[in-house]
Amino acid sequence: MRCGDFKTSYAADMSIFETRTARIMLAIFLCILFTLPFYTPGYVLDIINRIGIAIIGAIGLNILTGFTGQISLGNAAFMAIGAFSSGYLGTKLNLPFYLCIPLAGLITASFGMFVGIPSLRIKGLYLAMATLAAHFIVEFIIVKWESVTGGVAGLTIPTPKLGSFAIDSDARLFVLIFVIAILAVLFAKNLFRTKVGKAFVAIRDQAISAEVMGVNILKYKLLSFGISSFYVGVAGALIAYQAKIISPETFPVTVAIDYLGMIIIGGLGSILGSIYGAVFITLLPELLRMITTSLSGSFPELVNKLAAMKELIFGMLVIVFLIFEPNGMAARWHNIKNYWKLYPFSH
Amino acid sequence: MDVTFLLQLLINGIVVGSIYALVATGFVIIYKATSALNLAQGEFLMVGAYICLNLLSKHQIPFWQAILITFAFSALLGAIIERLILRPLIGSHLISVIMVTLGLSSILKALIQLAYGTDTIPFPEVFPSEPVQIGPIPVSQGYLYAIGCVTILVVLLTTFFKYSKTGVAMRATASSQQVALSMGISVKKMFAISWAIAAIVSAMGGILLGTIRGGIDMSLSFMGLKVLPVVILGGLDSILGAIVGGLIIGILENFSGGYIDPLVGGGAKEVAPYIALILILMFKPYGLFGKKKIERV
Repeated sequence: MRCGDFKTSYAADMSIFETRTARIMLAIFLCILFTLPFYTPGYVLDIINRIGIAIIGAIGLNILTGFTGQISLGNAAFMAIGAFSSGYLGTKLNLPFYLCIPLAGLITASFGMFVGIPSLRIKGLYLAMATLAAHFIVEFIIVKWESVTGGVAGLTIPTPKLGSFAIDSDARLFVLIFVIAILAVLFAKNLFRTKVGKAFVAIRDQAISAEVMGVNILKYKLLSFGISSFYVGVAGALIAYQAKIISPETFPVTVAIDYLGMIIIGGLGSILGSIYGAVFITLLPELLRMITTSLSGSFPELVNKLAAMKELIFGMLVIVFLIFEPNGMAARWHNIKNYWKLYPFSH
Repeated sequence: MDVTFLLQLLINGIVVGSIYALVATGFVIIYKATSALNLAQGEFLMVGAYICLNLLSKHQIPFWQAILITFAFSALLGAIIERLILRPLIGSHLISVIMVTLGLSSILKALIQLAYGTDTIPFPEVFPSEPVQIGPIPVSQGYLYAIGCVTILVVLLTTFFKYSKTGVAMRATASSQQVALSMGISVKKMFAISWAIAAIVSAMGGILLGTIRGGIDMSLSFMGLKVLPVVILGGLDSILGAIVGGLIIGILENFSGGYIDPLVGGGAKEVAPYIALILILMFKPYGLFGKKKIERV
C-alpha cells in the first residue's frame, strides 16, 4: 500500500499524471465528455459549451493573475476584442473560422501586451486600476468604431463552415469548443513545466529575486500578458460563434469580475482550479434557475429576483473562499484526496 | 464660445466633483489607515441613499434627522463589514483584498436590488426647487445646498483629524502601525472607525446625489468606479488630493460632456476620467499630493 509520495526521478516529479489510475480516469472522462452530444438536450449542451468557453478564459486569466501575479480587471475588454476581431475577420474579410479564431487570439494578445506595458512601471493596485481604465476605453472605442465593430448594434457572426460542413448546431459547436479547450488545458499544463512558466511563477513570488536569477522581467511579464490575452481572445471569439450576435453590452465589467471570481473560487495559480471555478460559476445561475422554478409555485416572486440572487451568492462565495480557503477548490480537493488516500494512516 | 454654457458646465462640474470628492475622501481614509483598496465605495453611497430615501418617504422623518440616522446606520455597516470581512484578510495578498471588496459590492448591490428592485425611485424633494440667479446663469438651489453640505463635512473631517484624540490616533496609525500600537492605540479600533467614516461620507454623497438627480437607482454604484481616477489624480494617500482631484475630475467630465460629446456623438463624458487616469499613471503616478513612495517594479 502506498504510504507517501516517493519519486525516484525528475521525470516522475514533473509528470502531469502521477499514477496510471489518473490517466485511465481521464481517458474515461474524455470518452464520456465527447459522447455527451449524443444524448444531451440542446439546452444543457448550450450550458456545457459556455462552461468550455469559460474554462479557456479562466485559464487565461489565471496564467496572468494566478501564476504571474499581475492583477487584471480588463479581462472583459480583452474578451470583447477577441470577439469583435473574429467577427470583423469573418464578416468583412470573409476568412474561415479556423483562421479567425487564432487571428483573434493574436490580435488580443498584441493588445494585451500593449496594456501590459505599464505593468513594468506600476504594480498591484495601480495595475488593477490601469486595466480597469483600459476596459472603459476599449468599450468606448468599440461603440464608436462603427465601420469595424458595428457600433451599438454590434455584429452578426456568420455560421462557421469547414468546407461545406456547417458548424451550426450546439453539438457541432461543442466539439469545436472542447477540442480548443483541451488544447488550451494541455498547453497551460505544459507551460508551467517549462522555463517560461517557471519564470512567471518566480516573478509572482519575488520579482527582485527573479531578476537576480536572470529572469528578464520585462520580457516575461509581457509574454504573460500576451499568452493570457491569447486565451481570453480565443474565448471571446468562441463566445461570438456561440452567441451569433455580439454587441458592446455582451462584455460588461461584471464579466471581468465573474472571471476573477472563477479563479479565486477555483484556486489561484492552479490549472485544475480554473476548470473547477469555470464550471462552478457558469453552473451557479443555472442551478439557481432550477431551484427558483421548482419553488415558483409557492414563491412566485422569486423568479424576478434571479439576477440579484446570483449576485448575492457569488459575492458571498468569493468572500467565504477568500477568508476560509484562499487557495480555492483545487486546494480543498487536493487535501480531501490526500486525506483519504492514506486513510486511516494519515500522518 | 458661449460663456453662459461654459459657466453652466463649470458649476455642474463643481457640484458633481464635490460629490466625487466626498466619496474619494472615504476611499482615501480607508486606504491610508488600512492600505486596503475599497472598490465597494460606490455601494456604500448607494446604500446610504436608499436608507435615507426609505426614512424620508416611508417614515416621514424630517430631512436633517433622516441624515443623522443614515449616518449612524452607515457607520455601523462600515464597522461591521470591517470586522467580519476585512479583518480576517489583514496581511493577505492584494488581490484578495481587491476581490473581497468586489464580492462585497456584489452583495450590497444584490441586497438593494432584492429590497427595492431595479427601477428608478423618485427621491422626495428636500431643497426648494426654484433656481437662484447667480450672475447670468440660473443655478438650482439643490446644487448650492450640496456644495454647502460637502464643505461642512470636509471642515468637520479636517477638524476631527486635526484636533480630536481619535483623529490624531488615526493619523498615527496611518503613519506607522507599530508605533501606534506601542503608544497604546488600538489599531483594530482605528481600522473599524476608518471604515465607519468612509461609509458615512459616502452615504452623504449618495443622499446629495439623490436630491440633485431627483431619483435613485442601481446606477449610483458606478460612482465607486468613477472615484478611481479621482484618487489617482489627487494621490492615493492624500485627503486634500481627493478633494482637489474630485473637483478637477468633475469639471473635466462635464467639459468633455459639453464640448467633446457633440463631436463624437456621446460617450466622451463617461470615458474621459479613465483616459485621464491612464495619463496620470504614466506621467505622475503618485498624483498631485500623494507621497512619492510608489513601489517601482
